Amino acid sequence: MPNMPRFNFHRPGTMEEALDLVSRFRASVKVMCGGTDLVPKMRAGVAVAENVVSLTRVPGLSTISYRDDDGLVIGGTARISDVARHPDVRRHYPALAYACDKMATVQIRNMGTVAGNLANAAPSADTAAPLLAYGASLVLVERGGRRQVPLEDFFTGPGLTVAEPMEIIEAIRVPAPPLRSGSAYLRVSARSKVDIAAVGVAAALNLDLEGRVIGVRIALAAVGPTPLRARQAEDMLMEQIPDHDLLARAGAACVRTAKPIDDVRASANFRRAMVQTLAQRVLARCGRLARGEDAQ
Amino acid sequence: MAKEIIELIVNGDRYEVAVEPWRTLAEVLREDLNLTGTKIGCNQGDCGACTVLMEGRSVSSCLTLAAEAHQREIVTIEGLAQGPEDLHPLQEAFVEHGAVQCGYCTPGMILSAKHLLDHNPTPSEQEIRQGLSGNLCRCTGYSKIVEAIGAAAAKMAPAGEGE
Repeated sequence: MPNMPRFNFHRPGTMEEALDLVSRFRASVKVMCGGTDLVPKMRAGVAVAENVVSLTRVPGLSTISYRDDDGLVIGGTARISDVARHPDVRRHYPALAYACDKMATVQIRNMGTVAGNLANAAPSADTAAPLLAYGASLVLVERGGRRQVPLEDFFTGPGLTVAEPMEIIEAIRVPAPPLRSGSAYLRVSARSKVDIAAVGVAAALNLDLEGRVIGVRIALAAVGPTPLRARQAEDMLMEQIPDHDLLARAGAACVRTAKPIDDVRASANFRRAMVQTLAQRVLARCGRLARGEDAQ
Repeated sequence: MAKEIIELIVNGDRYEVAVEPWRTLAEVLREDLNLTGTKIGCNQGDCGACTVLMEGRSVSSCLTLAAEAHQREIVTIEGLAQGPEDLHPLQEAFVEHGAVQCGYCTPGMILSAKHLLDHNPTPSEQEIRQGLSGNLCRCTGYSKIVEAIGAAAAKMAPAGEGE
């Protein structure tokens, strides 16, 4: 068992102090919340930093709030289990609630944060696919500056994002769901829920009064170097009535977007087959929710 | 990279410990506080043997830096029994149902079960199994463990335990 490398640990009590620290040590700094990703990565030598800045004592950063006009704001240190439990998340964002309820283990969900799951930028990140489907953005802060980055522009490769070392994820902003909309997320993995997802598909669908698609986002997890938007399938669905045949064709379009690899969790062929199946099921559920046929 | 003096509140007792920042809570509990009931299995958050409660939530102490636990309330397996003859209902149920074989996973199993029952005093069998999804047992299979937790829940519920 490799030993933990040595580092300096900082536990700032304010956001200002945290931003000063990451700015000062930007040549070799990691931000930590739960540590569920960073600690094993540092132990394995995959992540290296002379300075670790913990955000868990920054007041107010773990807040989760929802307003009908403003949508959902998930603070940078909000725990996965708290997001899963939050009544507004359960009511308005069932795909995210499902991901936060089922991913990893109870202990990891009690420690880990949604922001950390995104910052870690695993192609299989369970919260990324639903948040992409909801059109979420990240609020990144640094000393003297703040910017909002759409989540779909955030990931640049496995473990890589556009965030600079001196930036901190202050919050995740998720638009309020429109009327007649539905969303869902499904994943498969070898060992039920505990494992990292071998494939995941999330979607959010919005219908007009006639039942035609007027808005749709589909996101694929663990079938490319980053979580992917399935734009070809989205274009196919727009302005159409999402019947069974169309959903089957949209599923096939999702498969064309996917760039799966063979690895320990699944073969590329299995992943392609599962993208088709999960996309159809997820979209069908979105349609039922949007038409008010299914209770959430 | 000097040691830092941190304060831990473990099973209601306050400890001041000088720790290097890279040491985990599991290591400090076992090596500095001699609370060896907390086990280190995989040391990467998969097996659950190191589970403790921090501020009432189950966490993997092998992934928690000790410095991160500064001034936090920790409950380990040593903190459950009221005395040598007065086991916690979960501990009693594990004994009565033969839910212990080698015993290595047991402290983590019991603390995960405590976290579950604190939040859900009347869990279904499926909820018990989901509550244990972060704890591995390599000896017994899980049936007796699940039965023991169900029995403990039944015993504790009439007394108005839980939230």
